[in-house]
Amino acid sequence: MSASCGRNPPPFPDNDDQEAELDTRVLDSDEDDDEGEDIFTGASSKPITPTSAPEEADIFSEEGSRIHHTTNGLHSDEELDLFTEATVELTLTNTTSQGRREIIGPTALACNTAHVRNSIHKPSIVNKTTEELEEEESKDQFELNVAVTNPEKMGDGMNAYMSYKVSTQTTLPMFRSKTFSVRRRFSDFLGLYEKLSAKHSLIGCIIPPPPQKSVVGMTKVKVGKEDSSSAEFVEKRRSALERYLQRVAAHPSLLQDPDVREFLERDELPRAVNTQTLSGPGLLKMINRASDAVNKKTVKMNESDNWFESKLQEVENEEQLLRKLHTAVDSLVNHRKELCSNTAVFSKSVAMLGSVEENTALSRALSQLAEVEDKLEQLQHQQAFSDFFILAELLADYVRLLGAVRCCFEQRMKAWQRLQEAQSTLQRKREAEAKLLWANKPDKLQQAKDDINEWESKVNQYERDFERVTCTVRKEVLRFEKEKTRDFKQHILKYIESLLHTQHRLVKCWEAFLPEAKAIA
Amino acid sequence: MDSSNAEAELSVTASSIRITDVTKDGDILTFAITSQKFYSSGGVCVFRTYEDFDWLQQNFFSQENVPGLQGVIFPPLPPKALPSLLNTASKSLKQLGFLALGHDWQSYCKALEFYLQQVATHPILSKCKALDSFLTKSESPGKQRGRKGILNRLSQAVEGIRKESHRDVDDFFQKERHKNTNRAALSKVATEKILDVVLTEQKLSLACGHFSTCLHLCVNQDDEAAVAFSKICLKLSDIVEAVMRNFEKVANNNISTLGLGLDLEARYEEAEKEMLFRRTCKLIELETVKKNTEKAKANKRDAMEEVQKATEKEFSLISSVAKQEIERFHSSRVTVLRSFLVGWCEKQLDTAKECAKLYSQYLDACKNLFSE
Repeated sequence: MSASCGRNPPPFPDNDDQEAELDTRVLDSDEDDDEGEDIFTGASSKPITPTSAPEEADIFSEEGSRIHHTTNGLHSDEELDLFTEATVELTLTNTTSQGRREIIGPTALACNTAHVRNSIHKPSIVNKTTEELEEEESKDQFELNVAVTNPEKMGDGMNAYMSYKVSTQTTLPMFRSKTFSVRRRFSDFLGLYEKLSAKHSLIGCIIPPPPQKSVVGMTKVKVGKEDSSSAEFVEKRRSALERYLQRVAAHPSLLQDPDVREFLERDELPRAVNTQTLSGPGLLKMINRASDAVNKKTVKMNESDNWFESKLQEVENEEQLLRKLHTAVDSLVNHRKELCSNTAVFSKSVAMLGSVEENTALSRALSQLAEVEDKLEQLQHQQAFSDFFILAELLADYVRLLGAVRCCFEQRMKAWQRLQEAQSTLQRKREAEAKLLWANKPDKLQQAKDDINEWESKVNQYERDFERVTCTVRKEVLRFEKEKTRDFKQHILKYIESLLHTQHRLVKCWEAFLPEAKAIA
Repeated sequence: MDSSNAEAELSVTASSIRITDVTKDGDILTFAITSQKFYSSGGVCVFRTYEDFDWLQQNFFSQENVPGLQGVIFPPLPPKALPSLLNTASKSLKQLGFLALGHDWQSYCKALEFYLQQVATHPILSKCKALDSFLTKSESPGKQRGRKGILNRLSQAVEGIRKESHRDVDDFFQKERHKNTNRAALSKVATEKILDVVLTEQKLSLACGHFSTCLHLCVNQDDEAAVAFSKICLKLSDIVEAVMRNFEKVANNNISTLGLGLDLEARYEEAEKEMLFRRTCKLIELETVKKNTEKAKANKRDAMEEVQKATEKEFSLISSVAKQEIERFHSSRVTVLRSFLVGWCEKQLDTAKECAKLYSQYLDACKNLFSE
């Protein structure tokens, strides 16, 4: 069988065994003891060349314009690090370095051994057993870290847009250098998705979907509203773009795509205009989607393998479940925010009470109480942020990812449809030929034979396509499930840590207040 | 001499008064009140309804031959609870405010208990015979509506607002009135705001419960990957349940200590306000009498002067009782607030520590589970 895919399948990512230990990227400069140190060097990661010494420009650290999000008013003297729980870890250090655990997208980063083996595996595409597929995955490793930072507003008025710094650090030889960064805007990310989708979805890959457009959010930013909601929006988007890129980079086939490389490396990217909703291609896309939806319902495959049918059902069920979960977490986040504002109001009322109080000790205790409530509000705010970025966004991402998984099942169904149509066309051609033979019209016979040959080869082609898609889909789904489990595990750990962290701070608050209360006489 | 108001010692110790139980029968709540006898080792238990409390309060208002009674700051009785009308949370909150919270009328009982302890330790009110029979007689005081005291709802008078701002003759009282107005308003606001906080905490607890239940729906045994994922979801569900219980505890702590304390403070400030208002009314009465006496014709003048003297005497008695009451009030409210604040802080600290320990255990358990 000829190599039907025009390029070599890439090395497979590493398996769970060698999780990267990554530290929280600290955006707040106050706690940045590692300032200047290249956060990608770790004790154990030898391959990051010895020359990546601490002096090397740490492209992953925040530049001048730090995102402090002062609009949330969170600069307490305790330096509550807003982003401690909310950001993605990118350093490769040992677990023992800090107690913090990592949260990262599905990028399987081989910390301890970063031997980038360029040995290309060309899996034979014919039916593999699940075990064989899994085994293949554990063989190769690759290494690439990507981060999205430093959102900056460019331009002004309604033509303004946010540009983000996309930084990559890698040891893969296919890139020109080991660390580099470029600036990209949101439409560039969408453009990347379009390109990848066009090329890879047909063969059944699960393409990670990019974050959604938001007219309201962007308009606020454009208009220049400097309030906490637009800052939150930018942070939400930045984080979503980062996760998106990390998922793309974690996908072995996609990483090899020249478009991805171009996206990461090239200084200036041509503006992706066909990502605008109301553009020609945009409208076309909408129409296509609508017609797809209609088609889906009219096709019923007869499955030789039950696996696909039951898996699709599972995926659909799971999507519904995750939606429910997301709604539940969303309401939790909103209630936390409500609690924040109520606590703030209460704190003020207590402060006023303290100010009219004559008894000095009681007055002091009341104003201390107001301060305690203020701190509680900050902690609540932080926890709401954690809830959101750790849980809510995770669930939202997976709802969309499951949608992408469904798409890939649909692609397989389309391939099958094509095959069926080709087969029935072939059948008709054969019948036509038989008729001609019977009617004894030799001149048209040659044409009929040509037709049959043409369609026979088409049928063969489509058969191979279908087999390949089937195999790819199966592989992709397995990989996806593994990633999902790993992702969730990491996020849950991160979540408990954030809960614990908040709780410890809370204990300190109460311990500080108790003597004040007791001192009232 | 009316012997019903003769000086009497309370036969039970004030600190031992407890409301140990409450039962509901339709619209009527019955409270079981226990106390320890002062001179013997026995205990007493009586059953009272809100009507009985009201009767008691009325008795306090209408005591005769207690000089300067109007200068007393009467410990505030919580408003009546109407369980059948209070079938919606919002209605009950409107009526009872903070006291509507807490399981099974806990806060409400605590407030009533506090009321009894306050009256039992009051130098004037504890001597009222009605109190002793309220606390010790097994028959309920009955529906003696009896004499409605002159002190009912005085502050609701239509001209109240005008009278309230009447200039005082005494600097001490002028200042106290001003401060009291501030404190009353601010403590009321603070009580409302902590009520909001507690309600949100309860909402959060519900939301967590909902989230936790949803996670249980994720259990799926179809294949290995699904089993692994289910385990993760169940673990998260446990954690979220822990968060939920924490919110419940935090809310309860808020209700039973700080909230109760602020509510009490707010109601007490109102009681002081009413007392000051009564005194101001008396002042106005005195000034009016003085004016009339000056204007009076010679034949009526003597009588008027008698009235004036009597009014003056009343006013000065009220003022002196009021002064004592105010001082007593200030020191006791500081003590009370202190104990509530300390209790609140200790409870929250304990809950926070417990919770931190639990989270820590979960973290370890998850780390172990996930590394398998």
